[in-house]
Order: sequence, then structure tokens, then C-alpha cells
Amino acid sequence: MKKYTYTDQKDTRSGFGVGLLEAGRENPNVVALCADLIGSLKMDAFIKEFPERFTQVGIAEANMMGIAAGMTIGGAIPFTGTFANFSTGRVYDQIRQSIAYSEKNVKICASHAGLTLGEDGATHQILEDIGMMKMLPGMVVINPCDFNQTKAATIAIAKYKGPVYLRFGRPVIPVFTAPDQVFEIGKAWMVNEGKDVTIVATGHLVWEAILAGEILETMGIDAEIINIHTIKPLDEAAILKSVAKTGCIVSAEEHNRFGGLGDSIAQLLITKHLAPQEYIAVDDSFGESGKPSDLMKKYGLDAESIVKAVQKVIARKG
Amino acid sequence: MEINELTKIASQVRRDIVRMVHGCQSGHPGGSLGCADFLVALYFNQMKHDPAFNMDAAGEDIFFLSNGHISPVFYSVLARSGYFDIVELATFRKINSRVQGHPATHEHLPGIRIASGSLGQGLSVAIGAAITKKRHKDPSIIYTLHGDGELQEGQIWEAAMFAPHHKIDNLIMTIDVNGQQIDGPVEKIMSLGNLRAKFEAFGWEVMHSEGNDMTSITTALQQAKLNTGKGKPICNLMQTQMGFGVDFMMGSHKWHGVAPNDEQLIAALAQLPETLGDY
Repeated sequence: MKKYTYTDQKDTRSGFGVGLLEAGRENPNVVALCADLIGSLKMDAFIKEFPERFTQVGIAEANMMGIAAGMTIGGAIPFTGTFANFSTGRVYDQIRQSIAYSEKNVKICASHAGLTLGEDGATHQILEDIGMMKMLPGMVVINPCDFNQTKAATIAIAKYKGPVYLRFGRPVIPVFTAPDQVFEIGKAWMVNEGKDVTIVATGHLVWEAILAGEILETMGIDAEIINIHTIKPLDEAAILKSVAKTGCIVSAEEHNRFGGLGDSIAQLLITKHLAPQEYIAVDDSFGESGKPSDLMKKYGLDAESIVKAVQKVIARKG
Repeated sequence: MEINELTKIASQVRRDIVRMVHGCQSGHPGGSLGCADFLVALYFNQMKHDPAFNMDAAGEDIFFLSNGHISPVFYSVLARSGYFDIVELATFRKINSRVQGHPATHEHLPGIRIASGSLGQGLSVAIGAAITKKRHKDPSIIYTLHGDGELQEGQIWEAAMFAPHHKIDNLIMTIDVNGQQIDGPVEKIMSLGNLRAKFEAFGWEVMHSEGNDMTSITTALQQAKLNTGKGKPICNLMQTQMGFGVDFMMGSHKWHGVAPNDEQLIAALAQLPETLGDY
């Protein structure tokens, strides 16, 4: 198992804030909008440097999505910022008609996704957003795993023409990816090569997958760990190549088991290469209030749960 | 262009509308007929626009149709303005067509910059385009059209609050006040109260026009243009009759979304002189 260490712990939303500022410096067409959550989205630095390129919309997310769509006419590249819940479910029809169907170059940037939003509870802990967004034709869906990757993803999506959903979160977690990485949309990252099982993880589950890999190593199981940061378009070649070698797979995500990364992988396996799969995901329920780490443990989204799923899927290989 | 010339074009546009809706036995003739004069005045008299069509519209005025179901009038006016060949109007709502049931960009029909149909979204989109115009120091104007029933959507009021707050004064919103929606009179379904007072209270410059009187519309739009750049968005409350131009379709919600049969088509066309040649 390749060793991953970290010297720093940060939230992915801060990676977005730094990336947005850098994207703004690189391209004068990059503009930002926010629905009364500047601090939560870490947009302060961008606003300080480019006050004329920021639009405060107030608590009116539907209006924000429409305005962002309209801004693209004339060449602006709008980044909208609010919580994941208000970036998707609340404004699904606005995104569908004015952004996705209209093929507008809007970057929907969503913080506080999933259970790790923590104490605010289920009203705010959206676990269905990846599903909603990946069903929209032409929508790119990205869920980076740490501060550095989120920063790189933010810079990368400014250079890509088309609608993007960028999902990140609130908790402070280890920073373990390279600081100056180049983010390639749709290209999986090989975290660790192995031969006994494939673990594909996205977002906050990638660090948990690394921890699981270390535990599995002590048990004599050699896990291949792949980070799928881009859920759509999916890097099918990377997954198929790995499963051809290992013969089984565990998917891990902070999302409902219906509609997320796991389902995308199951669909791929059914059509291209049959292999047993286990899901690490929320089992079709809403979340609840609590500390992020306690919630991740309770809902089975931690390294220990990944280890159990690996043992189960290896047993099913037959 | 002279008023009588514009009126002639509007007559042809009305012929196009009833023929398009008849041709596919589906679509929304009522609101389309009511707004024919407005769209003709915009595209043939008021707007600075180029039928060569460029999505970004630098240096051009932009029109957004928010009540996308009155697509027949929009398509006819675009075709008659030179955005695409009028023969394409015959493909309205048919398979493999660029002339979709509701306006769409997906098939790349020239003249369309945003999809609409799910109501209440166009004002927000227009505001976004208006902001980009301002950032680019482009003095062009953004126009929108909305149904009065459409104002029942909450997003309209989010946008109505935003525009005065951010001094979006390069925006002229027109509301088609025909008093009808699919299920019946607006007053009965969900009354809007005093629209002038509502928009004024939100901070808009509000004006009135008679939407089936070409002189009133052109005068109103010229006045609206003069009022741009003064710190307030402009709301033009435009009185029309749904179905205007075809006596048996006028003033009722019953022709909101119903196509005429063969006999009704003949009766309608008999009331609408052919002025530019049918497609």
C-alpha cells in the first residue's frame, strides 16, 4: 500500500474559494453569484479582488440560476454559490430548462453536501444531488476529495465550456493530494494499485478508502483504490481495466445508494463486464443532526465499513 | 417603418400562427395572436438586431420570450425578420424539426437564446444578460415578454425584487395583460391585484400600452427606451385581447391551447389578409 500522509487538514469549500480566486485571475470572464452564503462558500477573497464581478442575489436561488444562465449570453462564465441542497433540489427546473437544456456555461458550485454538513440536520444534508444532476443531459458532475483537488477542479471547470455541477463540503479533512496537480475532467486518479479488490471512492470517502486500504493490507488483502472525482462523464476505461484485474468492486460515496456513483458503476458493470459490487452509501434514508465523524460512522461511511464491504465482495467472487 | 406597414406584417404573422397551429393540431394560438402586434413592433421597428444571429449579441438588443408557449408568434416574427426560412414554419411541433413546441436552443434555431416554456424563468435570464451588457459597457437593451398568468410563479417576484435593487435599467419587461389563463380568467383563477401598484412598490418604472394598437405599442416602446439608463427597470403593462384578429378566438381562455379544425382555419384566414405571402 502506497503511503499517504498529510501535514494539513482543511475543508474542501476552502479549496473552492482559493480556486475561484485563481480562476478569476486567469480569466476576466469568470464571475460569481451567491445567495446570501458568501462566508459559507468561502467567496470572500474573490469578492475582495473582483467586487464588480460579483453579484449578491439574496435568498433567491431560482433567480440566481436564471441570472447565471442569462449572464453567459455575452460570454460571462458564472459560478453560482450556495449549499448543495439549494443548488439542486430547490432549483432543479431552473437548472434543467435555463442551464442544461439551454446548454449554458454555468458552474453550479455546491457546498455543505451530504451528511458531513453535520449539526444542521437532514433539511440541509442533501444525499440525492449527484443523482439529480447526473440525470441532466450534458451536465458534468464532479465531487473532489480534498482541498487541493477541489481547488484544481475549480480552476479546471472555468476552462471547460458547458454546465458543471461541482460538489464539495464543510468538514475539515486531511489534505493528501498534490498541491499543484492539474485536474483533468473525467479522468480517474489511481490512488493505489492492487490486485484483490477495486475500491472506487469519491469526495470525502477517498481518505476513508485509503485508511481502509491500510487496514486491508494488514489482513493480507491488496486493494486497488481509484478516485473517481468526475462522476459524469465516468472514466469507464479505468474502472473496467481495474475490475478485469481484481474481479470485484466496492463503490464509496457520501450519497444515497440510489442514483449516485455506485449506480453509475453498476450500470457499467452490467453492460460491459459482470462483477460483484458492494455499495458504501447511505441506505435510502435522510440524515440527522450530529458531528460529521459520528454521522459517517453511524451511516456506514467510514474505513471500517469499507473493510467489511471488501471482505463481503471478495467472498462473492467465487 | 410606417404603422400601416407594421400592421400588414402583423396580419401575415397571424396567418402564420393559425396555420402553424392547425398544421400540427397543437399549440397555443390565443396568446400568440394577442402578442403579434407587440412582436412585430419589436423586431421590425424597435430593436437593434441582426438576423445573421450570434448567441452573444454584442452591440445588439436582445428579446427573451418568457411565456414560451406562445412560440408560434415568436417563430413567425423571427422567420419574417430573416432569421430562418419561412418554409421551416411548416415543421412546427413535428418530429426532426428545429421549430420545437416551446422555444429551444438545443436544435440551434437562429434567434433563440434560451429555452422557455416552464414559466417564470425569463425575467431572471434577462437580468443576467442585462448585467453582462452593463459589464461590457454595451448600451443595448434587453426586452422580455411575460403572460399575466405567468406572474403567479414565485421566481418572477424574486427577479422583480432583484432588478430595482441592482438598478438594472437596461431592461424593458412587457407583461401581456390579457386576463386569461388556461383554466379561465386570471381574476378567477388567481387574481394579481393591482399590478401597477405592485411593480411600483418593488421599485419599477411602470407604464401602460394598448397591445393591439400598433401606434400605442410603438409609442410605448419608444418611451420605454427613453426611460432606460435612469436607474430603474421598466415594466410595460400591455393590455391585449387573447386571440386578437380572429373574432371567434377573441377574449376567451378557450383558445389558449386549442388548435382550429379545417373549417375554423378557413374562417380565421378569411379575417386575416395575406400581405407577405404564406409559407
